[in-house]
Amino acid sequence: MGIEVRNITKTFGTFAALRDVSLGVATGELVALLGPSGSGKTTLLRIIAGLEEPDPGSGAILFHDEDVARRRVSSRRVGFVFQHYALFRQMTVFENVAFGLRVRPKRLRPSRNLVKYKVLRLLKLVQLESMANRYPHQLSGGQRQRVALARALAIEPKVLLLDEPFGALDARVRQELRQWLRRLHDEIHLTSVFVTHDQDEALELADRVLVMNEGRIEQIGTPDEVFHRPATEFVVKFMGQVNFFHGRLEGDKVHFSTMAWDWPEHAGASTQPARVFVRPHELDVDVERNGQPSLQAVVTRIHSAGPNVRLELRAASGEPLCAELTQERFRSLNLSVGNTVYVTPRDVTVFADESPK
Amino acid sequence: MKHTENIRCRAAAATTESRWVRWLLIGVSLTFLGLFLAMPLAAVFAQALSRGWAMYVRSLGDSDALSAIRLTLLVALIAVPVNTVFGVAAAWAIAKFQFFGKSVLITLIDLPYSVSPVISGMVLVLLFGRQGWLGPWLEARGIHVVFAVSGIVLATLFVTFPFVARELIPLMQAQGTEEEEAARLLGASGWQTFRRVTLPNIKWGLLYGVILCNARAMGEFGAVSVVSGHIRGETNTMPLHVEVLYNEYNTTAAFAVASLLALLALVTLVLKSVLQWKTGEQLTPEEQGYTGD
Repeated sequence: MGIEVRNITKTFGTFAALRDVSLGVATGELVALLGPSGSGKTTLLRIIAGLEEPDPGSGAILFHDEDVARRRVSSRRVGFVFQHYALFRQMTVFENVAFGLRVRPKRLRPSRNLVKYKVLRLLKLVQLESMANRYPHQLSGGQRQRVALARALAIEPKVLLLDEPFGALDARVRQELRQWLRRLHDEIHLTSVFVTHDQDEALELADRVLVMNEGRIEQIGTPDEVFHRPATEFVVKFMGQVNFFHGRLEGDKVHFSTMAWDWPEHAGASTQPARVFVRPHELDVDVERNGQPSLQAVVTRIHSAGPNVRLELRAASGEPLCAELTQERFRSLNLSVGNTVYVTPRDVTVFADESPK
Repeated sequence: MKHTENIRCRAAAATTESRWVRWLLIGVSLTFLGLFLAMPLAAVFAQALSRGWAMYVRSLGDSDALSAIRLTLLVALIAVPVNTVFGVAAAWAIAKFQFFGKSVLITLIDLPYSVSPVISGMVLVLLFGRQGWLGPWLEARGIHVVFAVSGIVLATLFVTFPFVARELIPLMQAQGTEEEEAARLLGASGWQTFRRVTLPNIKWGLLYGVILCNARAMGEFGAVSVVSGHIRGETNTMPLHVEVLYNEYNTTAAFAVASLLALLALVTLVLKSVLQWKTGEQLTPEEQGYTGD
């Protein structure tokens, strides 16, 4: 294990930021901590780094099977990248990257030439060789973030932690830097954890995603698992827009709206209220009934600017729905606002309602 | 197009007064400054030199005047470094940590601003005077505070302690703790973090505070007057010596010493503007950088 967190609890006053959180990050893995603000993801990252102390009596933190909970921040060898970069504003880019090498005790400090060699190699890695003598305020946001990364890598860290690394950047730079970071990770294979509130970022970048809510872990899994097999309702809702129906589990079927859907997992159990979720892109839209069970709805709005077309619908029962079609499909249906359509789910996610009314 | 021009005209009209109001305002300010600042300053130097350059030099060369200058320098030499260390420590604690009693500490730091200096002096007499709470105990051990140099130093320390802290607290609060955290994560010790990261970030603000602190330490009259006892050649600082000379109708000598204090004020003002310009310069490109992303 690259990083292991065992049963960590953290409270600020009366606010429980983390409740008995455990996680393992394999050596060389890139893991995303995903959650809304206030979910505890940044607190968890800061505890791993040693910037915050977990509550007394709560569990251990291990790097490569070595307990570091008692270690001071300065001896944990953590590479940490801050959301707002936290570059040393009085130092040049070169001095920023060299800082971690120059503050070492004398017997461990590399020679002047070695420092120079290492710093220039890192600046080359982050494609900023020509900026060595600039000051942070002379750089763009994306460049500053890469300096911050080079500075963190200079101490040859055991683990790399990134706090909302792209949060302060504009959309285009964010996209570029995201892909660049993934390539970099594939090159250097450093055990890494990054925090984000953007599900696209987490799903695109990470080997595994850890979804957090209210100080607890909702689900840990590969991006595929988290997106296609969400473990909880929170995960379903957090992964993007979703249509929601109250339904009923009965026999091996789930009934919702005017439909019944096969749900073999439930076979044999007693009848129970259920909550049914369908993603917009999992709804098929047709202008006439196609023989399958379907919902009748009216088109209320069309957003066609984008790779897909989003339709806002109102079901005959009154619920608002959202469906997503490819541009080709949309053109072949020849839809406009006010048309009546028939909607069929291709896939649904069902949770038995724990508190039956 | 017409519309935007319209708005621009109205905006200009809203922020710009007519010409004669502008001249009136500038005139009033300049007259006021001339009457209450420039003229007195000129008068000090005129009086000091009224009986010639030789008399001026002789007045300053007088042994009592020299001892007052020495004492003032000594007091500043003790009070300024002590309050610099205290100010940095207090600002560091207040800006970078959360702890119980923080707001009380902030209020206490402001105390010398809100208390009349005379009262600060009286409190020292109350504590350390012959009939004071600690006076007899100290006297038994041969330590004199009131009517002695140590009392003057204490009074000056008290009066000048907010200057450095007050200058640094907002600056350090604005800078936050992330750079320090980054330094610690990179392996720097506490001292390395302070010397290489915190200190360079606050250096101009710190110098600014030190200069203001020094000006006050050298110029303080009220608190020092109460505890000094005005012993010529022993416990007279420059401001006190000016008063003594003036009361003896030795106007030229009084203004000669006063002119030194006035010079100090002028030097302080110049340094202050240079530093303000420096700190401004330090901040501006930073702000530009952040909006330029």
